[in-house]
Amino acid sequence: MLATTLLQSKVLWYVMRASGLVALVLLTLTMVAGIVNVRRFATPRWPRAVIALLHRNVSLLAVVFLGVHVVTAILDTYVSVGWLAAIVPLTSHWDRFWVGLGTLSVDVMFALIITSLLRSRLSHRTWRAVHWLAYASWPLAMAHGLGAGTDTGAVWAEAVYALSALAVVGAVGWRLRQPTGRTLPTARRPTLATGARS
Amino acid sequence: MNQFRLVLDPVACDGHGLCAELFPEGIELDDWGFPIIAGPIVAGPTSAGGIPDSLLVHARRAVSACPALALRMARAEAPIA
Amino acid sequence: MTMTAAPLSDLAACRLPRLLPQPRDPSYAAHWEQLGPLPAPGRGLIDEVLASGLRGRGGARFPTGRKMAAVAAGRGPAVLVANGTEGEPLSAKDRALLVGNPHLVLDGIAAAAAAVGADRILLAVERARPDTVVAVRQALAERPPGPVIELLQTPSRYVAGQETALVRWIDGGDAKPVFGSRPFLRGVGGRPTLVDNVETLAHIGLIARFGADWFRLLGTDDEPGSALVTVSGAVRHRGVYEIPVGYSVGALLDHVEAAPAQALLIGGYFGAWIPGDDLTGVHLSSAGLAAAGASPGSGVIVAIPEDACALAEVATVAEWYASHSAGQCGPCVFGLADIARAVRGVLAGDPDGETAARRWTAMVRGRGACHFPDGAATFVDSALDTLVAEVADHRHGRCRRRIGGYLPSPAPGSWR
Repeated sequence: MLATTLLQSKVLWYVMRASGLVALVLLTLTMVAGIVNVRRFATPRWPRAVIALLHRNVSLLAVVFLGVHVVTAILDTYVSVGWLAAIVPLTSHWDRFWVGLGTLSVDVMFALIITSLLRSRLSHRTWRAVHWLAYASWPLAMAHGLGAGTDTGAVWAEAVYALSALAVVGAVGWRLRQPTGRTLPTARRPTLATGARS
Repeated sequence: MNQFRLVLDPVACDGHGLCAELFPEGIELDDWGFPIIAGPIVAGPTSAGGIPDSLLVHARRAVSACPALALRMARAEAPIA
Repeated sequence: MTMTAAPLSDLAACRLPRLLPQPRDPSYAAHWEQLGPLPAPGRGLIDEVLASGLRGRGGARFPTGRKMAAVAAGRGPAVLVANGTEGEPLSAKDRALLVGNPHLVLDGIAAAAAAVGADRILLAVERARPDTVVAVRQALAERPPGPVIELLQTPSRYVAGQETALVRWIDGGDAKPVFGSRPFLRGVGGRPTLVDNVETLAHIGLIARFGADWFRLLGTDDEPGSALVTVSGAVRHRGVYEIPVGYSVGALLDHVEAAPAQALLIGGYFGAWIPGDDLTGVHLSSAGLAAAGASPGSGVIVAIPEDACALAEVATVAEWYASHSAGQCGPCVFGLADIARAVRGVLAGDPDGETAARRWTAMVRGRGACHFPDGAATFVDSALDTLVAEVADHRHGRCRRRIGGYLPSPAPGSWR
C-alpha cells in the first residue's frame, strides 16, 4: 500500500510539472499570436482569421492544461499547497511567494477569459483595458515557472524558458516597429491605373 | 423561415478583414481593405435577400471573429439600427 | 419674384414674397404690426403641416408633418433643435432669414415646439457667423416672455449640421455623425428630438397663421409652397431669392442676368451638376430636376460660365470633401482622398483618371455612417457626366479656360 501511494504521488507530481510547462508554451503561443494580430500580421499561409482563431483556441487549451496543473498540484501530497492557493495568491503552504505568482497569473487569465467571453456585452474600452493585463499574466507565469518549478536547472527546461522569452520579446519588438493609427501604407494605396490594391 | 442579414457598423470597422476571409461568399474587401457587405445573399435595408441557411455558420464565424465587434447579424426585415 | 416689394398688409392674400419681404425691418415691433400674434399653440398644427405638404428645406426634403408626428408620438417631453448652421459653403438663405426675418423663424420655433410637446428649445448657428449670432441675440431679447430658446454656436464643420452630429455635439461630444441614431426617437439627452432647418420653421410660422390651403397656393401638388434659393457664380445679381417650388431654372437665370452657362451646380456641394445649355423642362423641384439627375437640396445654384474651367472647380470641391470627412469610416477617409486624387488626375489629363474616379465613387456610396461620401460621389459623378467636353479637352491638353474660383474651399474648424 505504501508503494501505491508513492507511485500515485509520483505520477501526480510529474503530471503537475509537465502540464505546467505545456501550459507555459501554450501561453507563449497565445501571447505571440495576440501581439502580432494587433498590428495586422498576415501571410498567405497565415491569414488574419487563422491567427485570431489560433489565439482564442490555444488560450482555451492553455486553460485546460492549467486546470490539470493546478488540480494535480493541490492533490499531490509531496508538497502542501492547499485549495485556497488556487485562487488567492500567497496562501500556499509551500513556496509561498513563487506559487503565489502563479496564482496571480491564473487570476489575471481568468479575468481575460471572462471578459473575452462576455465581449459583446462590454464596452470595447473596458474589454481592451482588461486585456492589456495579459502583459502582466505571462511574465508572472514565467517567473512562477522559474522560481517554483522544480525542473529549473535542467537544460531542456532552460531551453523552453529561453525560447518562450525570445518569442514574446521578439513579437513585442516587431509590434513596436509597426505604424500605428489609421494609416494605409503607400504601397497599399490603389493606383489610378489598376484601381485595385497592390 | 427567418431570414438573416449582416449589418456593419462603419464607425467601429477598422478594416481588419477577418470577416472577408471567413465569409468570402458574402463579404468582399474594397480597394482600401474595408468590407463591402455585398451581393444578393447579404443585404442592405432595402434588399429582400437573406443569407442562405448553408452559409449561416460562416456568417456567424465572421461576426464572431471581428476584432472591432463591427459586424452583427440581424433579421432581414428589421430596421438597420 | 421678390425683386418687387409686396405690400406688407397684403401678405395673407398675396403669394410672394412670404419669407423675405422687402423692404424689411427685422424688429419685433414691425413683425407684430405686419403679422400680429401667433395663434394659440396646439397639436392641431401637426395635422395642418401634414396637409400643407411642407418638406424640409435643409436639403433632405423629408415631409415635415411626418417628422413632427413621429416626435410628438415619442416617449416623454421632446426637444426641438432649429438648425441654422448652414454648413453648405455657398448657401446664404438661412442667415438671410435669421438676420432679415428672425421673428418669423422664432414664431415657427415656438409653434412647432408646442405642437410636439418640446420643453427644451435650441437654436444652432455657426460661431463663425458673428453677424447672424448678433442678429439672433437681438431678436431673442425683443421677444415677450415665452418658452426659453437657447442659442448655441456650432463649430465650422460641414457635417456638424447633420442631424445626428448636431445632437451628439449638443450632448457634449464631437460634432460627428452617429451610426444608427434616429433623433426623432432618441436624440438630445435621449429624448425624442425634432431637428428642423430654420427655413422650414419659418414656413411653419406662416402655416400656423394662414393654414395649409394658403401654403399650397404656390408650388406644385407634390412639393407645395415657396422656397429660398441662393444664386451665385457668373450672374449679375447674386443673392438669396424666394421662388415658388417648381420655378423654371431658365427663368431664374434670366432674372438674375446670368452669363451663358457652361454648367450649373444645383444643390451646392451636396448636389449635382447639370449642363447649362438646354434648360427646357428643368424646374426647381425634386420632380423637375430628377430627369437631369439632380435635386433642389439646400437651394444653392451656381452658374459656371463658358470661359471658366469647371473641372478646376470640381477638383477644388473634391479636395474640400476629402478634408472635411469626419474620419470615422474607412471608405470615406480613404475613398474621398483617392477620389480627389483621381479628379486631379482628370484635370492633369491622365487617361486613367476618369475610370478611377468612377470606380471609387461607386465604391464609397452608402458605405459611411452618414451620407457625406454619397454627396462626394454624386458631385463627382455628375461632373464627369456633364463636363464631357471639358474632360476631353484636358485629356488632350488643350483647355484654355481661366480659373474662375466660383467654388470656395473653406478650411475645416474644430470638432467641438
